[in-house]
Amino acid sequence: MRDIHIDVNGETLLLDAAGALYWPAERTLVFSDLHFEKGSAYARSGQMLPPYDTRETLARMEEQVARYAPARVIALGDSFHDRDAAHRLDGHERAILLRLGRSAEWIWIAGNHDPEPPDWLGGRVSDEVAIGGLVFRHEPSPAGTAGEVCGHLHPCKSLTRRGRNLRRRCFVSDGSRLVMPAFGAYAGGLDVRDSAVRMLFGKSFLAYLLGARRVYAVAG
Amino acid sequence: MLAPAETQLPQLPAPFARWFALRGWEPRAHQLALIEHAACGDSVLLVAPTGGGKTLAGFLPSLIELSALPSRRKASLHTLYISPLKALAVDVLRNLETPVAEMGLPIRIETRTGDTPPSRRLRQRHVPPDILLTTPEQFALLLANRDPRQLFASVRAVVLDELHAFHNTKRGDLLALGLARLAHLAPGHRRIGLSATVADPAPLQRYLVPQRSGKEDHASLVMGASGAQPEVSISTSDSYVPWAGHLAIHAMPDVMNAIRASKTALVFVNTRSQAERTFQHLWQLNEENLPIALHHGSLAPEQRRKVEAAMTRGDLRAVVCTSTLDLGIDWGAVDRVICIGAPKGAARLVQRIGRANHRLDEPSRALLVPANRFEVLECEAARDAVLAGELDGEQLRKGGLDVLAQHVMGVACAAPFDANALYNEITSAAPYRMLSRKDFDDAVDFVATGGYALKRYDRYAKLRRTPEGLWRLAHPRLAQAYRLNVGVIIEEPMLDVRMQAKGRPTGAGGRVLGRLEEYFLEQLVPGDTFVFAGQVLEFRGIRETSAFVTRSSETEAHIPSYMGGKFPLSTFLAGRVREMLADPRAWGRLPFPVGEWLRIQDGRSVIPLPGQLLVETFPRGSREFLLCYPFEGRLAHQTLGMLLTRRLERLRMRPLGFSANEYALAIWGLRDMGGLDMGKLFDEDMLGDDLDAWLAESALYKRTFRNCAIIAGLIQRRQPGTEKTGRQVTFSSDLIYDVLRAHEPDHILLRATTEDAATGLLDIARLGGMLARVKGQIVTKRLNRVSPLAVPALLEISKEMVAGEAHEDLLHEAEEELVKEAMRIA
Repeated sequence: MRDIHIDVNGETLLLDAAGALYWPAERTLVFSDLHFEKGSAYARSGQMLPPYDTRETLARMEEQVARYAPARVIALGDSFHDRDAAHRLDGHERAILLRLGRSAEWIWIAGNHDPEPPDWLGGRVSDEVAIGGLVFRHEPSPAGTAGEVCGHLHPCKSLTRRGRNLRRRCFVSDGSRLVMPAFGAYAGGLDVRDSAVRMLFGKSFLAYLLGARRVYAVAG
Repeated sequence: MLAPAETQLPQLPAPFARWFALRGWEPRAHQLALIEHAACGDSVLLVAPTGGGKTLAGFLPSLIELSALPSRRKASLHTLYISPLKALAVDVLRNLETPVAEMGLPIRIETRTGDTPPSRRLRQRHVPPDILLTTPEQFALLLANRDPRQLFASVRAVVLDELHAFHNTKRGDLLALGLARLAHLAPGHRRIGLSATVADPAPLQRYLVPQRSGKEDHASLVMGASGAQPEVSISTSDSYVPWAGHLAIHAMPDVMNAIRASKTALVFVNTRSQAERTFQHLWQLNEENLPIALHHGSLAPEQRRKVEAAMTRGDLRAVVCTSTLDLGIDWGAVDRVICIGAPKGAARLVQRIGRANHRLDEPSRALLVPANRFEVLECEAARDAVLAGELDGEQLRKGGLDVLAQHVMGVACAAPFDANALYNEITSAAPYRMLSRKDFDDAVDFVATGGYALKRYDRYAKLRRTPEGLWRLAHPRLAQAYRLNVGVIIEEPMLDVRMQAKGRPTGAGGRVLGRLEEYFLEQLVPGDTFVFAGQVLEFRGIRETSAFVTRSSETEAHIPSYMGGKFPLSTFLAGRVREMLADPRAWGRLPFPVGEWLRIQDGRSVIPLPGQLLVETFPRGSREFLLCYPFEGRLAHQTLGMLLTRRLERLRMRPLGFSANEYALAIWGLRDMGGLDMGKLFDEDMLGDDLDAWLAESALYKRTFRNCAIIAGLIQRRQPGTEKTGRQVTFSSDLIYDVLRAHEPDHILLRATTEDAATGLLDIARLGGMLARVKGQIVTKRLNRVSPLAVPALLEISKEMVAGEAHEDLLHEAEEELVKEAMRIA
C-alpha cells in the first residue's frame, strides 16, 4: 500500500511514497531534482550545512532501485546542484553512482542547474526523451504538452487540520501531465498554490502527498 | 543657601548636592552606597523596586567622575550602558539629559541602537561620547570591529539595566561573553547591575564579575528601600466563575468599572490574541468613549509609537497590552494595573504592579481578574506571595553553545585569536563557568568548518590557522555576513498584514497594520475572519511576504486566535497553588462556586496533598480517560502527554489523544487505564529512549533546532546583498535537521538544541523534576464518571494527537474529505 497507481495520458504509473515514479509497462524508474552537493554549494558561501545530503539521496535511490529492479532509470534534471558539483563528490559517493549506473540503462535529462551532466556517469544525456505516450523533460513547457512528465518546480502542499499545519512534497497531476516532487535531501519546495503550478493546471488537479508509509491523494 | 544641603550630604560634590537641594530631593541611601562602591572600583548589584531612582543611582558615580575631568579633553568612552530594550536606552537618555543640563556638566551622552544612522555610528567609533547607551547586540557588533581596543580601552564603568530580565537568557549569554572580552580590553573597569526585586540575587551578582576557576565570585549587593505594600484585589463573583477559557469575558464590566475609577490604567493580558479580544470587549462596554488603546508586539511600530506618545502626554485612560510594556519605560501617570488571566509568576506580577505609580511611598494598586476556576486559585496564591514578599526563583541555564559559536565568529572578525586564551576568557563569564574544553573546541571547529565527523569542508573553512597557531578569519567578507546576522532574538517567520480597500485585487498595495506569524496566516483560507489590530479582518490571500486583508462587517471572527507569547506557570507559584488546594481552610475565602467545586471533588474523588500527584481514570462517552494534575505548566504537560501516550500505546491501551492545560493533563483512549501500575507509567525512565524517539519528530524540537542553527550561524538569515525570507529558512532547517540527526546525532548543534529544549518549549527539565518529586506519591482514583477537577481540562481539548500516527491520520483525513466530495450525489 506504499504506492498509488494513476493514469497520465493513458499510461499507468506508480507513485512511490519515497517520491520516485515507476512505470511498470516500461520497467522505468524516474527521479527528479536530486540536487547532489547542494550542501557543499552552501558551504562555499559560508553556511556549513551537514555534508551528508548526497549520500542520503544516494541511499534512498539505491533503495528504490533495489525495490523495482528497473531496466531503465531517468534522472529528470537538476541532478547536480551546480556545474561544479560532480567534482565535489568523494570517492565513496562516486562509487555508488557508478554502481547505480551499471544496474540499468540511465538517461540523464539536462536541467537548468546542470545543463551538462558529467560524462563519466554512464548512460546518456538528453534534453528530453519520449517513450510511449509520455515525454520526459526537466521544465514543464508553457504550451502544455499532453503526456509531459517533468520536475523543476519541487511541488509541496500544506494542509491544515485540527490546528496542525503540515507540509509535504507531492506529485501533481491533472491526468494529462505530471509534475514530480524533488527527490534530493536538501531540495526545497514550492507550494502548489503558487502561480507557477496554477499556470500549468488551472484549478483542477490532484496533489499526491508523500506520507511516511504511503501516498495520499488530495485536491490541489 | 547651599551650605545646609552640603553638610547633610558629605559624599556629593557641590554641583550635585546643589542640584538635589534645588529639586527638594535627598539622595537615597542606595544612591550614596553606589557612589562609595564606585570610588573603590567595586562592581555592585543594586536591587530596588521601580520608582526608587534606580537609573539615576546607576549613573551618579559616572557623572561625578566625569564632572571632575577637565572639560577640554580627548573624546573617549567612559561609561557603557546596556539595556535589553532600545526604547529604554532612548528613555534613559531623556532622563539623564535633564540633570546634566541643569548642573551644566560638560558630558556627552548618546544612544546607539539599530535605528542609529550609519554616519553617526561611524563617528561614534572615532569620536565617542562620554556615555554610550546601547543594547547587547550593538555591543557585540562594536566588539567585532577591527581594533575594538581603540574604542573600549578607556571604559571605566558599565551599567546593565533590568539585569533580572535577561541575565538568564541567550541575550544574557551574548552579553556575558561580550563583557568577558571587555574585561581584557579595558582591565579594571567596574560594573553596576540594576535589577528589580528577585528571589535570589546571587546569580546576578556572579554575572557581574569575572569568575575564576574553582570558586564563585560575587559583586557587592546594595538593596534599595522597599516601597509601600501594594494593594492587590481580585475580581471575583459569587454567582459565576467560568470552568475554562482565558478571556474573562464575564468580568469585563468589572474591568471597565476599574478603568472608570482610575486616572490611567494598564490592562495586562498574557497573549496578543487575548489583547485583541479584550480590547474589543472593553469597547463594547465603553459607553462614554473613554480613550482606551491597544499595544502589542505585532502592531506596526508607528502605531505603537503613537500609543506610547499619547500615553506620555496623559491622553489615555487605559492601554490593553501584553508583556511588551512589562519593562522599563516610565509612564508616570499610571495609577492602576489590571491583570487579566492568571499572572503565572509572582515576580512577573510584582513587575507589572510596579508599572502603576512610580513613587515609592504610595502603594501601587492592582486588580487581578481570573478567567477560570483554576486561575482563581492561582491569583489568590500570587497575591499571598506578593504580600509576603516571596518571589519565584528561576532555574539557571547553562550558556548556550549556539551563542558561543556566534561569539567565536565575532572574536575572529575583530582579530586572530589564541584558542587557549579565548577559552580562559570565556570561562570567566558566569554562564560559561562550567564550559568544558571539548565543547569549546567543538564550537571553534563548528565555526571553522561545520564541525562534522566527515571532513568535507576544509577548503571552505571560515577560520584558518596562522603559522603561529592563531585562528584567523579566512576572508573579510565573512565578517560582513556576521554583522548582518548578529544577535540571538529569532522571530517566527512573519508576514506583513496589509489592509486593502474592498474590491481591489488581492496583492495590490495596502497599509501595513502589523506583522503576524506565517504559520497562523498560512492556515487561513480566503474569506476567513480574524481579529487583529483591534478590528475584525477578512483574509484575502498571501502574496510574497504579505498577507492581504479587508475590513469585515462581522463583529465576531471565525478563526478564534493566533498564538502569542505565553508563559508557563512558575514552579514556585504552582507549589503555592497545590498547597492552597490541599488546605480546606483556605477554601473559605474563595468565591462560592470555586469552594463548592473543591468540596464536591473532595467528596467524589480525592484532593491531593501538596506532595502528591492525583491520577483519575473514568469512562465518558465511548472513551476511557486518564487525568493527572501535576500543576507544572502547559509546556511540561504537553511533553508529558506525548511521552505517556507512547507508553500507553506500547501497553496496548490504544490512546487516541490528549489535552494539556496549565494544571492538568487529560489522555483518552479505547481501553480502561485504571488497572495500570501508575508508578511504572510515570517512571522517570520515560525521559530516556521514549523522549529520544519522540524528539526525532517533534515540531517544537525542530523549531528549537532552527533557532539554534540560526544563532550559531549555520543558516544565515541575511547575506550580503540579499535577505532570505523566513519562509525559506523554516523549510530548509527541517531538511538539515533530518539529515544531521540521521548521520551525526551527537553534533554540537543537536546538543545545543537538546539543552534548549530542556528549559524552553518542551520544559523537559521541569517535567524531570516533577517525575522525581512524585515518586511513591501517586494517588490513583478510579471513578465511574468525570470528576469536578477534570472538567476544565476536558473543556480545553487542545487538539493534540498521538505523535507520529497523528500526521498520517491528518493526511488520511484530508484524503477522506476528497472522497466524500467525489461520492456526494447532487
